[in-house]
Amino acid sequence: MSVARRSSAGVAWLFLAPYLVLFGTFVLAPIVLGLWISLHSWDFTLPGKPFVGLDNYVDLFSSGSVSFEPFWNSMQATGIFTVFSVPLLIVVPLAVALAMNQKFRGRNIFRAVFFAPYVLGVAVVGVVWRFLLDRNIGAVNNYLGTIGLPDATAWLSSLPAAWVALVGVTVWWTLGFNAVIYLAGLQDISAELYDAAKVDGAGSWASFWHVTLPSLRPVTMFVTLITIIASANMFGQSFIMTNGAPGQDTRTAIFYIAETGLQNFQMGEAAAASWILTLFLMLLSVLVFGFFRLRGGTEAS
Amino acid sequence: MNRTPLFTKKNQSALSRRGFLGLTAGGLLVAGCGGGQGAGTAPQEEGVGGFTGEEYSGPDLSLAYWNGFTGGDGPAMQQLVKDFTAEHDNIQIKNNTVDWADFYQRLPAAAQAGKGPDVGAMHLDQLATNAARNVIVPLDDLAEALGLAEEDFTASVWGPGIYQDARYGIPLDVHTIAMYYNMDHFEKAGISEAPTDAASLEDACKKLQASGIKNPFWMPNQWPAHLMFLSLLWQFGGEPYAEDGSAATYDDEAGEQALTWMREQVEKGYSPDNVDIDAQYTAFKNGQNSITWDGIWQINDLEDSGLNYGIAPLPVIGDELAAWANSHHFFMTAQAADDADRANAGKTFIGWMSDQSAAWSDAGMIPARNSAREDAKFTDSPQAALGDQIEALHFLPPVPGLGDVQVPTLEVAVNEGVLGKTAPAEALSKAASNATELMGKNLEKFGG
Repeated sequence: MSVARRSSAGVAWLFLAPYLVLFGTFVLAPIVLGLWISLHSWDFTLPGKPFVGLDNYVDLFSSGSVSFEPFWNSMQATGIFTVFSVPLLIVVPLAVALAMNQKFRGRNIFRAVFFAPYVLGVAVVGVVWRFLLDRNIGAVNNYLGTIGLPDATAWLSSLPAAWVALVGVTVWWTLGFNAVIYLAGLQDISAELYDAAKVDGAGSWASFWHVTLPSLRPVTMFVTLITIIASANMFGQSFIMTNGAPGQDTRTAIFYIAETGLQNFQMGEAAAASWILTLFLMLLSVLVFGFFRLRGGTEAS
Repeated sequence: MNRTPLFTKKNQSALSRRGFLGLTAGGLLVAGCGGGQGAGTAPQEEGVGGFTGEEYSGPDLSLAYWNGFTGGDGPAMQQLVKDFTAEHDNIQIKNNTVDWADFYQRLPAAAQAGKGPDVGAMHLDQLATNAARNVIVPLDDLAEALGLAEEDFTASVWGPGIYQDARYGIPLDVHTIAMYYNMDHFEKAGISEAPTDAASLEDACKKLQASGIKNPFWMPNQWPAHLMFLSLLWQFGGEPYAEDGSAATYDDEAGEQALTWMREQVEKGYSPDNVDIDAQYTAFKNGQNSITWDGIWQINDLEDSGLNYGIAPLPVIGDELAAWANSHHFFMTAQAADDADRANAGKTFIGWMSDQSAAWSDAGMIPARNSAREDAKFTDSPQAALGDQIEALHFLPPVPGLGDVQVPTLEVAVNEGVLGKTAPAEALSKAASNATELMGKNLEKFGG
């Protein structure tokens, strides 16, 4: 018995091994190395990489330092983007998925149309929208003018228009992905539950509220988590469309980290900034887990 | 983990350099360089590497050559490479063209991994940075063997190629920004001459507006806005940085005047608000505006567009003619210096290329060599119209890491100033104090 158990544990490890090797090499090791780098003044092109202890972290937290304002500005930019894009990317794709789940002619075309933008790379999306949204020579302002709306909005270089543009483009670009996940979740809900709800006299709103939403809870939690992480990692859109303008107001945390670490080669400071961002994300993930758990608990009781 | 290879690499290069000296010390007799011009002046003493100017005659090999000529200058460079390989049977050139923005990120990483180029071209203001990072090696021996001397060049392009008493780059060209104008618009507005100062520029703008061009002169707030700012700063008598790399000094009266003038073009309505990335240039090509300041590397693109355009020196807005300039320099990497054959072949390549300075006018550039600027290749080119401006060019000082400092400081200040988000003086003083602090860190990091 115990031999059998041990050998089955061995088989389990054997099957897990390929993933663990990849996970160790490409996730675990870099995380640990990143922590190590963050304790140094690390420029990989220079022979000397002096150990500086927590100086990189202290710099990022002390208001007098030259990195303080740019870093926290970028964290704020990431925060603003996340706060506005995540709710939209949770609600809009759900609505789209509900529509996709109906039976109607041309349903497949409808599904494809919403998913199509997600196939594009961020460079394509960024460049195309940069041209379209140009304040003076862009198509968007031109058409807005033609139908009599304000045609002088600086979508790429003024606030809050730049946030509207960045959030809007991101929602347009990625909502198809979230919608497909919701759709899979919707198709998993047993028809019997709806039948039972109908028997109990539930209308379509009541069955959405009491059957669809609770059944989707695990899916919604997953969508929420990956959307928060994706939004907090936003870089390409602002890098290409606004280049951080106006000033550095739309320069996100990842933008700052990439510029500091990969362009200026101040990798110690960039690693420290990454760790701070990571801790924020971990905290947020725990809160999201807690929120969904709590709701799960009250429903069950 | 990263440390060991780095140290051994340094030792290796020192060792093989000594070996290389021994190998080539006897080569003084055969001084028939592929260059011509300076071949007679054989060096009296060996520079680093001891290159003597003779053609590479060793076994066949292939050199990795990296550059960022992705624009209108790309085809001209490919032609030069083709010509070189046609003349040199024993040297193959593996040309790798990367966008300049990525180039400076990839080069140190690739060199570090031993997968970088043997030779390449980079901007003058990047030489010090890459020298401090041990990516590139001194080329004094090559400069000497080619008979290159300061008199052959405008002094301002020669000096910044020297970092810590060693020369790291061989100049190919000089490029600057110029004023482009739409000839059809000028004719319609009744302007016969390109503006030469602030008053005539303003006068031209007014006439153009009267002739129906609502915003004749678009003021960018991103690239190349900071190049315009630097040009104006020099025109008003300012200096952007202390020569020793210890401080940013553009937050003085000259800087304020420069940035204020840029913002004024928007406030007076010559430029629309919020000119987004590249819009001023696209609009110029579309005939939506009439005047734009941009790099002379756009010449080929404008020629191809069929626009009836003119090119002229920047107007003197400040007290005297001055313009920002940069230069493409050839470099050799530590990787190539490790191997006597590669080093010699690399230097042969650079020496030959440096002699094509005049042919390089086809790329829209200004030859770095004084003599090449008398060549018909150049005098017949559109950029020859810049005339006096070529004597009034200013380069950034050779300070390691300066380019990277500029992105989050000066470029942001110019952006905010032109957008009208922050008052010019305030934007510049904040940027300069941040830049000074970052420069101090760099001095420490690169060991002054």
